[in-house]
Amino acid sequence: MAQIELSGIERIFRLGDSEVHALRDLSVSIEAGEYVAVMGPSGSGKSTLLNLLGLLDRPDAGHYRLEGRDVTTLSADEQAEVRRARIGFVFQSFHLVPRLTAAENIGLPLMLAGVAPPERAARVARALKDFGLETRAGHRPEELSGGQRQRVAIARATIMRPAMLLADEPTGNLDRATGQEVTALLEALNAGGTTLIVVTHDPSMGARARRQLLMEDGALRQDVRRPESATPATG
Amino acid sequence: MTPADTLRFASRAALAYPVRTALMVLAMAIGVAAVVVLTALGDGARRYVVGQFASLGANLVIVLPGRNETGGVNAGSFVTSTPRDLTVADASALLRAPLVTRVAPLSLGNSEISVGGKLREVLVLGTTADYVDIRNYRVAAGQFLPREDLGRAAAVAVIGDTLRRELFGNEPAVGRMVRIGDHRLRLVGVMAPSGQGLGMNTDEIVIVPVATAQAMFNTNTLFRIMVEVRSREAIVPAQREMEKIMRARHEGELDVTLITQDAVLGTFDRILGALTLAVAGIAAISLAVAGILVMNVMLVAVTQRTGEIGLLKALGASGRHIRLAFLTEAALLSLAGAFVGFALGHLGAWGIRLTWPVLPAWPPQWAVIAALGTALTTGLLFGVMPARRAARLDPVQALMKR
Repeated sequence: MAQIELSGIERIFRLGDSEVHALRDLSVSIEAGEYVAVMGPSGSGKSTLLNLLGLLDRPDAGHYRLEGRDVTTLSADEQAEVRRARIGFVFQSFHLVPRLTAAENIGLPLMLAGVAPPERAARVARALKDFGLETRAGHRPEELSGGQRQRVAIARATIMRPAMLLADEPTGNLDRATGQEVTALLEALNAGGTTLIVVTHDPSMGARARRQLLMEDGALRQDVRRPESATPATG
Repeated sequence: MTPADTLRFASRAALAYPVRTALMVLAMAIGVAAVVVLTALGDGARRYVVGQFASLGANLVIVLPGRNETGGVNAGSFVTSTPRDLTVADASALLRAPLVTRVAPLSLGNSEISVGGKLREVLVLGTTADYVDIRNYRVAAGQFLPREDLGRAAAVAVIGDTLRRELFGNEPAVGRMVRIGDHRLRLVGVMAPSGQGLGMNTDEIVIVPVATAQAMFNTNTLFRIMVEVRSREAIVPAQREMEKIMRARHEGELDVTLITQDAVLGTFDRILGALTLAVAGIAAISLAVAGILVMNVMLVAVTQRTGEIGLLKALGASGRHIRLAFLTEAALLSLAGAFVGFALGHLGAWGIRLTWPVLPAWPPQWAVIAALGTALTTGLLFGVMPARRAARLDPVQALMKR
């Protein structure tokens, strides 16, 4: 059983009188631990796909089975629970809460899940250490560099040990060197067993993934798998 | 999310926008302070008036001519609608009631007092020797009116302290002759300064025997009769005795009104209580305005933090989490405003007490509780709509903002 199974997914946006088929008859399955790059021109439906995978959006037709469970029919609060426990998001613009410190931003999912403060502090401290942010724990996002901000965001996305990590242009706002650093970090997490799905414009980043989904006009044009042996060294 | 986390998250959010939060708290504080100060003023006035009446003497019955109640038809009602006058004879008759201890008929008029070329307008009060004891007044020099027959128009007078100062300065007043209207009277006493007093102030009046006053104003009628009864408990039976006497004297018709201390007090208490309530109501309007401000501020906060709400949703916050966080923030703002306003209000009431020491301007308990309660309720009530709006935001749309 695949971790993610999409079958016959349709997503239609209505803009005035016209209808836009953001996704049409999309079926794809992704195994646990895969490294997938979703690529395509803008307006091809990559972000819509990512939002659907992250349960932020609902399809108009079709089914989404996550770890064997049909999640399309869940209520909004049940979906929130799935997101909390199983899904980590990394955004292009980091989306850190500006008034909270790095440590507090990382601890947000734990707070929402109602984890007791002592355990929360211990887990946040470990995450800070793992991501090399110990010295920045008390700093607010505005006092951090872009790379540090994205590291905080990734630490936050992984603090609940989710089954999959959804990254929307994670290096889009970073310079090349920092971008590579962040990519390496995500790939290391993937090597640890977390499914990694990255939406990207950047062909060089897409090329690093073991599997590439090429989108066009809301449909899947190509599903390329690279043989395991050709995987470039991570890190 | 534990309640402690929600509280911390909300307070951090409130503190992140200090100007907005300060203005919000100020608006709420003004509302609460207005309620506290105005009710303190209203209740202070009530207590002041009630206190003044209580100092009049608790077992006092006042007899007024005329009756404002609908009674049965009798011969008298066909002849005339004007009631019979109250006379000195009525006063002496009342003294015969067993429960009555003292009686002071009052006759009132305006005249001029002149002494040594000085002239001024005065209020002349005609009464008897018992008046000073009934009202608990004190005589500073000489003595009060002599105890004598009610019909005897002795040519003596007692003056108030202000009059003494104005007319005689530092010279002794007792024993001097003064002219009041066309009558020459000898001063036998000076009243002690009575200070602030409700209604009549003895500082600026001339007190003469009732018969003298009636001769002066060429009348037989009395303004009213003050009756002191044996005790507070005796007021009701004494009232009945007095009504019987008056009915007998006035051909079976009860054409006088008997007012007891308690009735007057109760009336003033009610009137001023209602006034306080009305003032509190007006002040409460500012609380409602503050409530609308809370809503406005929270709606702006939702718009401002749309991206953050989207993020929280992506991180797995349920609608309830977000609703609670925003409601808590609204409640915190209201609560802070209520407490600041409470303190400001008490400060204001203290200022009033300092400026007018006679006014016991303490805000009543109910007003304070009501103001704090209203502040919190309006804050929460007006916070519901923005919180719901935040909780209903579409996460995809919300994340796209910023």
